[in-house]
Amino acid sequence: MATLTTSPQTSELDQLIEKYGYDDHFHEHHEGDKYKSNFLTTYVFSQDHKIIARQFLITGIFWAFIGAAMSIIFRLQLGFPDESLAWLKPLLGKWIEVDPATGIGKLAPEFYYALVTMHGTIIVFFVLTAGLSGTFSNLLIPLQCGARDMASPLLNMFSYWFFFLAGVVMFFSLFLSTGPFSGGWTAYPPLSALPQASDGSGAGMTLWIISMVFFVVSVLLGGVNYITTILNLRTKGMNMWRLPLTIWAFFITAILGLLSFPVLVSGVLLLMFDRSMGTSFYLSEIFVGGQALENVGGSPILYQHLFWFLGHPEVYIIILPAMGLVSEVLSVHSRKPIFGYKAMVYSMLAIGFLSFIVWAHHMFMSGVNPFISNFFVIFTLIIAVPSAVKVFNWITTLYRGNIRYNAASLFAIGFVSMFISGGLTGIFLGNSAIDIQMHDTYFVVAHFHIVMGIAAFFGMFAGIYNWFPKMFGRFMNDTLGKIHFWGTMIGAYAIFWPMHYLGMAGVPRRYYSFGTFYTFKHFLEGKQVITGASVVGFFLQVLFIVNFFFSMWKGKKVTSQNPWGASTLEWTTPINPGHGNWPGKIPAVHRWPYDYGKDGHEFISQVEPLKEGEKDSGDH
Amino acid sequence: MSTVAVGNKKVGKIHPLKFALWIGCASIMMMFAAFTSAYIVRHAVGNWLEFRLPDVFFVSTAVILVSSMTLHGAYLAFKNGNEKRYKSLLVVSAILGVAFIVLQYQGWMAMQSIGIMLDGNPSGSFIYVISGVHAAHVLGGIAAIIMAILHAFALPFEVTDTRKLRFELTLTYWHFVDFLWLYLLLFFLTQ
Repeated sequence: MATLTTSPQTSELDQLIEKYGYDDHFHEHHEGDKYKSNFLTTYVFSQDHKIIARQFLITGIFWAFIGAAMSIIFRLQLGFPDESLAWLKPLLGKWIEVDPATGIGKLAPEFYYALVTMHGTIIVFFVLTAGLSGTFSNLLIPLQCGARDMASPLLNMFSYWFFFLAGVVMFFSLFLSTGPFSGGWTAYPPLSALPQASDGSGAGMTLWIISMVFFVVSVLLGGVNYITTILNLRTKGMNMWRLPLTIWAFFITAILGLLSFPVLVSGVLLLMFDRSMGTSFYLSEIFVGGQALENVGGSPILYQHLFWFLGHPEVYIIILPAMGLVSEVLSVHSRKPIFGYKAMVYSMLAIGFLSFIVWAHHMFMSGVNPFISNFFVIFTLIIAVPSAVKVFNWITTLYRGNIRYNAASLFAIGFVSMFISGGLTGIFLGNSAIDIQMHDTYFVVAHFHIVMGIAAFFGMFAGIYNWFPKMFGRFMNDTLGKIHFWGTMIGAYAIFWPMHYLGMAGVPRRYYSFGTFYTFKHFLEGKQVITGASVVGFFLQVLFIVNFFFSMWKGKKVTSQNPWGASTLEWTTPINPGHGNWPGKIPAVHRWPYDYGKDGHEFISQVEPLKEGEKDSGDH
Repeated sequence: MSTVAVGNKKVGKIHPLKFALWIGCASIMMMFAAFTSAYIVRHAVGNWLEFRLPDVFFVSTAVILVSSMTLHGAYLAFKNGNEKRYKSLLVVSAILGVAFIVLQYQGWMAMQSIGIMLDGNPSGSFIYVISGVHAAHVLGGIAAIIMAILHAFALPFEVTDTRKLRFELTLTYWHFVDFLWLYLLLFFLTQ
């Protein structure tokens, strides 16, 4: 791909920066020394946003592997409940119960629940929040805004290390003799509030809470930095309407995080008091083992309100960065301006706003007044409008584009496909009447995995393939990338498409075994297909990880500054940017970020001044 | 750290760290908004023990309001180069800050003495938890003021941009926890 653009462009960019750039005397401070003094401060306790981005990414990949591997284990249980899992004993130890008479190994039911819980927690928080938004916000915000670094590099470093700490605590909880928390990733009381409720509710839940507190600190420190950097450290000429859509997405994501995660902290704090101080915020008239508990007057629904006030914005915290990355990748690789730039921004703002007033659609069946449900139904369905605007704009961006089919753009197109499929089922689930049949079935599982799980992963993959050259100065192998894409695309639909049918027939989610339900007996073959597809899909992700680490050291080297012919600022830095990102002046910005195919040029960089009489295409 | 920010700083723009602090305050505000809405939701369910808030909470409110004024006075004195006034008001503010925490503790004791326990009816539990979390935020503010005192007495008196900024950050946060308490108190009284 490197050959697509001509090399003279390289020096031209440097000349433009030198000519029109903004001299902030950054390199006169010799501040770089502080960041590059030894191995520890360069690669471990780094304050450089580009290193921190890579730390987030690699930690995210580690957790994605664990989270996905867990799903394979519980999928084996679901697809082949009668087969022996004794061969997993070396890995899972006592959680595989081997019958000494027959030698058949069974997955312990408690551990099945722990796996499901941890799979959700890990993928939602550690991979798709920290791994996705942490990676790309850190990498792209200073680079695309034209800043030397984040507003506070120190807090940025803390943000990563709090995430790391959260990970260490959660990882440790996997090895407890009572197992990690097993009451579902939403941690509803009473299972989460009473240590005696289940094996995982004791030490496992305590560690879960500690880990989440560290995680929230990480998100807040990161978010404060992202917002401040975007609002305060944009380079000369970079007004808000010249920001790439990636930055808009990270900006709105960070605001959502800052407004919603503190609410989770409140909810979890009350939970901690219920657990250890004997308060009754969430507990009322409960019997455990025939014994009545003293707690009176609490309401478990209160926790659900607090949790979902975070929980719903959280799904947009996951999907908005993916949307931003996809918008950018689609525009660059179809060599066309993004269609409806401002509509894209306004639709993200609308989605962000609506995300705060729809939380109770997760609670239609928990005894919420049906008249109040109506309110949430309406706002939930309204989200379809800005979402449809975005889908329309992505498709029109592709329409008659000069599309380069590489791994990055394929994953971006795949994202649009997933977002449509998953979004349509959301319209069903958003209706409280239809939800009576659908809730807590595989239909829900299929819906949210496609629309926020697979779609967000696709956005992340598009981002990784596209910005890998910026991160490591090398390309990922595109052939392996395409195999990865097609396998994952087909695999993901093979996994989740059949689940819709299971769900419509009423097959409930989270069940360990369906052996006693005659009604669901004939679905076993369908479940085996799903399990088979997920095993294949898992190995395709291993292929991606191999490609990632192989390319990091052995990939084809990037030879030009701007290998994709993109107009945004990150491609005006040197191939391997040092601390401060630009060796000399900071580039000044003269135009919007999507000048592709304008006035006979394939693309025009943001640093190129407007010609006489030329209007900025972003102003309309 | 700040040089990176100053490097790109444009005239008339708020300092990035100040802006970051404001965002942080908004985030803390959301946390308390969650607490108070949980309070309202739970209150509406019923089974709610009504009791009168101990008077000592009004004294503590007065104390933290005064501390905000003294800290502001210290800031003005610092800007005007009045070293003596600056140092003494700074110390007074720290003492008032600690006094606030002590008075809140007295308030919790007073609640206990009339039989309102942490693990009793949620109406009392909420007050303990909310005022406790608020007190934790005040402790952070006291730590910042103590840092300011250490700077004031250890460093030679000098009005520099960095020190002014640091003081303004402390002051903003202190005003914030002050008004946060005022909001919480009014909330408890009107509910």
